[in-house]
Amino acid sequence: MSSWKVSREYAAYSLDSMTIVAAQNEIVAEFEGMADWFDVYEALVKMGRELGSLEEDERNDENSIPGCQSNVWLKMRMENGIIKLEADSDALITKGILSLLLRVLDGRPPGEILNTQLFFLYDIGLSTNLSPSRSDGLNNIIGTVMDFARNNGTQTS
Amino acid sequence: MVLAAEIGQLRWMVMFDVYKVREDFPILCTDVHGRPLVYFDNAATSQKPQCVIDAVIDHYAQHNSNIHRGVHQLSERCSAAYEAARSKVRGFINAPRDEDVIFTSGTTDSINLVAQSFSSAYLRKGDEVIVTEMEHHSNIVPWQMACERSGASLRTIPFDDQGDLELHLLKEMISDDTRMLAVSHVSNVLGSVNPVKEMVSVAHGHGVPVLVDAAQSAPHIPVDVKDIDCDFLAFSGHKVHAETGIGALYGKSEWLQEMPPYQGGGGMVANVKVGGTTYAEPPLKFEAGTPNYIGAISLGAALDYMTGLGMNEIAAHEERLTEHMLESLGRFEGLTLYGDATLRCPVFSFNLEGLHHYDVGRILDKMGIAVRTGTHCAEPVMDHYGVTGTVRASLALYNTIEEIDVLLEGLERVRSIFA
Repeated sequence: MSSWKVSREYAAYSLDSMTIVAAQNEIVAEFEGMADWFDVYEALVKMGRELGSLEEDERNDENSIPGCQSNVWLKMRMENGIIKLEADSDALITKGILSLLLRVLDGRPPGEILNTQLFFLYDIGLSTNLSPSRSDGLNNIIGTVMDFARNNGTQTS
Repeated sequence: MVLAAEIGQLRWMVMFDVYKVREDFPILCTDVHGRPLVYFDNAATSQKPQCVIDAVIDHYAQHNSNIHRGVHQLSERCSAAYEAARSKVRGFINAPRDEDVIFTSGTTDSINLVAQSFSSAYLRKGDEVIVTEMEHHSNIVPWQMACERSGASLRTIPFDDQGDLELHLLKEMISDDTRMLAVSHVSNVLGSVNPVKEMVSVAHGHGVPVLVDAAQSAPHIPVDVKDIDCDFLAFSGHKVHAETGIGALYGKSEWLQEMPPYQGGGGMVANVKVGGTTYAEPPLKFEAGTPNYIGAISLGAALDYMTGLGMNEIAAHEERLTEHMLESLGRFEGLTLYGDATLRCPVFSFNLEGLHHYDVGRILDKMGIAVRTGTHCAEPVMDHYGVTGTVRASLALYNTIEEIDVLLEGLERVRSIFA
């Protein structure tokens, strides 16, 4: 769990994963420009609203990620060697965070996902979401994507 | 009358100065996210006054030793402090004898003790246990497990939308097959104060014993087991400003004598031979192993603190808070309050129209306001109102009118962010 909380500098050494790193750097830069938490949450709410919703029948147990507070659904599939992700939640802030995760992880090959450290949530001050608490299941979301990547691709070094 | 009311008010003002009380709680002076903490999560756990913290530190620093079996000075001091704490619990709930008080790890442990021990002796196939729809999971699941083991069935008294139990249904439901009625004194979601005394009277009319879960009442109102006449009563230390991991179970002595122990070990025996064991008398029969004596001592200190302030004075202060909270929440557009029981403690569950409780809680947190969101371990209550969860603001003796106003400002901020 704590391995996600690494610095950008460290993650940048992973040469195979520039795209995920680049996406994360872009998000961090966006959030660095925000004045305070109010702006951060307004931005998350906006992103949450802009993220599409899953169909009613896709918000099912199979796609559901265990989390105590808000419901989270994650739909994953392989397409031409990359992982396609769609996500939804009944809480807007969670949806905003999901939207950020999708910007970073959606459309990437399994090997890249497995070999890249996720640092952006920590860097933009949403690190509490990375604690192994039951509050929003974000750990479980990331873990589920990792498992899917592991089952659908050969890990490259 | 007017004069009497004024004198009452004056007395309250003299007796209970909330701003002075707050000075006793170091954590209330801290900041969260750069803002003064507004702690409204007291139904989950309460904050600790310095005297409780000191009691724990002093005990470890000066007296610590295992209790009961030592011949040395420290052990004797610890045993005396442990038993003194038991006596304080007895006084707090007005139990007849110290021996009627068992130390447990908390309300959940207390209920599990009864559900296991009582049920193994008295619960059989075809029997029934009655609980209510507004119970915390800890007063449902142990009974479901007991029913599963014995082949008994669990029945539920519903409540109306206002949060009052449908008491007439108890009279219909209770029968010769009923073996136990387990009910919360105060709902941890709705704040409803249940008419436990009346329920005990109905149950006893059918020879049915009653367990009262006082986890949410003990912090707020006087709890008197003689007056309620319940057979068992459970509460937690950490909700009455003591440490976590300590709680108490009161049991009428005839039950405690008859019920078998539910855990075996040291401390709960009279004699152990290879061929068999004679158990100690209650309460030790139910306190196997080294008990949490430091926790018990902290509980004693916390109860001293609360009785020092006066339970009636605490209740009066909280009534003022409740009045202000209800008025404020009532004025807030698009806010649905769940439960408006005739008698209530300062626990308030609500949702804002169109907003997820989690979103509301996250924004309030950023403003230094600690509330709880989710199902509050009472999913049947959520099902009753058809919601996935609520925001819950639960107050305690140290909260103020001004803090309620901060919560309302916070809710305005929430509304503007999600507008």
